[in-house]
Amino acid sequence: MKNKKNNWLSRAVALLLPLLLLGGAALAQAPAAAEPEMADALRQSGKIYVVVLVLVIIVTGLLVYLVRLDGKVSRLEKEAESR
Amino acid sequence: MKWWKYLTIALLLYTVVMGFLGHVPRLAILNETERNLYFHVPMWFGMTIILLASVINSVRYLRNPSSRLDILAHESAKTGILLGVLGLMTGSLWARYTWGTWWTTDVKLNGAAVTMLIYAAYLVLRGSVRDEQQRARLSAIYNIFAFSAAIPLLFIMPRLAEASLHPGMGGNPGFSKYDLDSAMRLVFYPAVIGWTLLGVWITEVACRLAFVQEKIYEKQEKQLA
Repeated sequence: MKNKKNNWLSRAVALLLPLLLLGGAALAQAPAAAEPEMADALRQSGKIYVVVLVLVIIVTGLLVYLVRLDGKVSRLEKEAESR
Repeated sequence: MKWWKYLTIALLLYTVVMGFLGHVPRLAILNETERNLYFHVPMWFGMTIILLASVINSVRYLRNPSSRLDILAHESAKTGILLGVLGLMTGSLWARYTWGTWWTTDVKLNGAAVTMLIYAAYLVLRGSVRDEQQRARLSAIYNIFAFSAAIPLLFIMPRLAEASLHPGMGGNPGFSKYDLDSAMRLVFYPAVIGWTLLGVWITEVACRLAFVQEKIYEKQEKQLA
């Protein structure tokens, strides 16, 4: 944790990368008739994105928790070293 | 933070987004549930890899005892058990909506359940020995048994069985047959790496905490002496 600014920048890039990747493939959903039933209606109405966002929020929340826990342990390690 | 932790974050977010929006082949019965391939299956991959790390540390402990190696083996086993329990729960839910039942006496299912019981006994064993060195030694030996029982139960017996509902077992085609549609591989492999790394990360934090705790106890003992 030497240069905080650089750290935050790379963290933001890591978070945004998968969102950039999603753009193209998300549009490539074409429903076809007389085939096994899939969640087409949900996709057409666009509500699948609600589910995706909910999961992104949950996973991000859990990861933020883990990152903070990681930081706390790092601080504790330093403290135990100096005492 | 180390580089692989950023990789974990990127891979998991990619998995969650592409896991739902990516292309999957149209299959009867499975329908959209085949997306579980990105979530249920990586639990077992992660569990196996982390339990392997655990048993390696147990063997290292027996060759050259140190509390550090005991902690590494113990914390890895705990994370492995967590992933295995999540795998059992998600598998059961998936079975309910594709096979029509929460549980069936399938070799693959029972093998996985027995594996989790064997590892539960590892935790029971650790909890029942007070002396630290004895606990470390006993549990290291038990861990070798647990891992060598888990591999045949999970990967060999189900494949030898005459019939199994589970994909890839008992003459049943695995998902590798479906995701020849390589769009699924593009999500599946990152998902496996991402979830496994998450397990490694959790284990790493738990180990570091245990190391610090030990260091503090040692210092306190020195001050008292």
